[in-house]
Amino acid sequence: MPDELAIRLRGAVKRYGPITAVDGLDLDVPIGTCVGLLGPNGAGKSTTMRLLTAQAIADEGELEVLGFKLPEESKAARAQCGVAPQLDNLDVTLTVEQNLLVFAYLYRIARAERHDAIERALVMANLVDRRDTRVDKLSGGMRRRLLIARALVHRPRLVLLDEPTVGLDPQVRQELWALIDALRAEGTTILMSTHYIEEAQRLADTVLIMSHGKAVAAGPPLELVAHHAGREAVEVYGAPARLAEVEVAAAAAGLRTRRTGTSIAVLRLDDANGQVPEGERRPANLEDVFVLLTGEEIE
Amino acid sequence: MATAARSGTRLGRLERPAITGVLIREVVNFSSYWRSATFSSTVEPTIYLLAFGFGFGSLVSRVAGYSYVQFVGTGTVATAVLFSSAFPAMFGTFVKYQFQRTYDAILAAPVDTEELVTAEALWIASRAGVYGCVPLVVALAFGLDPAWGMLVVPFVSFLAGFGWACFGISIAGFANSIENFSYVISAVLTPLFLVAGTFFPLSKLPRWAQVAGELNPLHHCVELVRHAAFGFHSWDAARVAVLVAFGLAMWRLAIFAMTRKLID
Repeated sequence: MPDELAIRLRGAVKRYGPITAVDGLDLDVPIGTCVGLLGPNGAGKSTTMRLLTAQAIADEGELEVLGFKLPEESKAARAQCGVAPQLDNLDVTLTVEQNLLVFAYLYRIARAERHDAIERALVMANLVDRRDTRVDKLSGGMRRRLLIARALVHRPRLVLLDEPTVGLDPQVRQELWALIDALRAEGTTILMSTHYIEEAQRLADTVLIMSHGKAVAAGPPLELVAHHAGREAVEVYGAPARLAEVEVAAAAAGLRTRRTGTSIAVLRLDDANGQVPEGERRPANLEDVFVLLTGEEIE
Repeated sequence: MATAARSGTRLGRLERPAITGVLIREVVNFSSYWRSATFSSTVEPTIYLLAFGFGFGSLVSRVAGYSYVQFVGTGTVATAVLFSSAFPAMFGTFVKYQFQRTYDAILAAPVDTEELVTAEALWIASRAGVYGCVPLVVALAFGLDPAWGMLVVPFVSFLAGFGWACFGISIAGFANSIENFSYVISAVLTPLFLVAGTFFPLSKLPRWAQVAGELNPLHHCVELVRHAAFGFHSWDAARVAVLVAFGLAMWRLAIFAMTRKLID
């Protein structure tokens, strides 16, 4: 059924002393979709991930994963989830295959299926030739592939990927995107947190933008762009004084702008009545939405 | 909108598959470090045995009715148990949650903190059960007479090792940094290790020290092993009961400490 949910959060709150990391979050992840949790560092993405495995217990709110109420039924939910954490926690003195074997036991794969499950994970991670290599001898990209394959060894219905490509070079990121895309094609439900906009745009069916522990927007990437940033934007380059002028003029004309560091992007040109500043025209993108909604300043 | 139909039922507490999974991880890992673990857990008590047994033994020939080598040989079983349980539990647990983040990975699987702690303690206790026998074997080589009662030594070592493993896990759970371990080692473990009746009998100590000694679980381990070699006493069942109580109390404490540490 298309409207069944793998994850349902209503008003989830998680406080750490005076800090409210997750502040009344609503989150729906329908079965068979890939949802991207997008937000700047400190927006509450990792805390949300920890709530979903009951490694953090919410102070308020209703949380359900695969039909199980958290935290009391979390173990049953975890049995059908795969988790690839942001920080590598592989057993580095063990081989690739031994790491998968340990998790085949932890995820209670029946003895008769264990061998096949490990082989399948090795193929998926493209590590068949490296099965006997110790993890501390693997490259960063191979380690990350193993980390994801380890989360898939028991064919989970739901996969939680916390910043799956953070700190990796572009070639390795592409490899991982192919892996995640293959998983998506198989119909596995995925919740992926990321602060790479391109990653969310490429892989996610819907994106939820988080800021200060709250959801500030949700929807398919293209709809979010159209709704918040319009169809087209213009980038104006120049000296800081010139950029400041453009900003003031655009505000006077009722247009939204954002700073990119080297230019001013004037958004929602479709709403402008011919008063468009000179500059490079380009389609609006998810990054425009992201900066508009999560703020330009670094806190 | 309803969430997905649940398949499978709610899982219970202390499930065997969860405990087995954590044990398998330890067994597989052990293949990569068994040499160093075995070395440190067996060589150190053996050195104590030889140094005290022959060094001190040349001055004192008989203690509490036993030859001094035999007295120390049976006593250092408890030392081996302590060294192969409390210390690996403290350092291993801290490293696994703080540096390797192993416990984050395990708790994302269908394993609860209670099962994780139980499995880790059972694993360390099993090792202590084996390593605890080493000083006895050395003492046998140096003339200790074999006795049927010695067959209970692995079980006594396991039981005491479980309590000390849980003690070590608790310390790791409460400690904020690995440096804090020095306080526990100097102020708790070293006195308990010295005043356990391993190297000298408690009966010659002042009354208050004797009473304090009865509260030391290590002392009961020493006495049980000694009696296993030389003949059981009527109070030994009580000593077993003390070790069981120590194990149970430390087990719950370890679960409490680690839940606090691992679950936000």
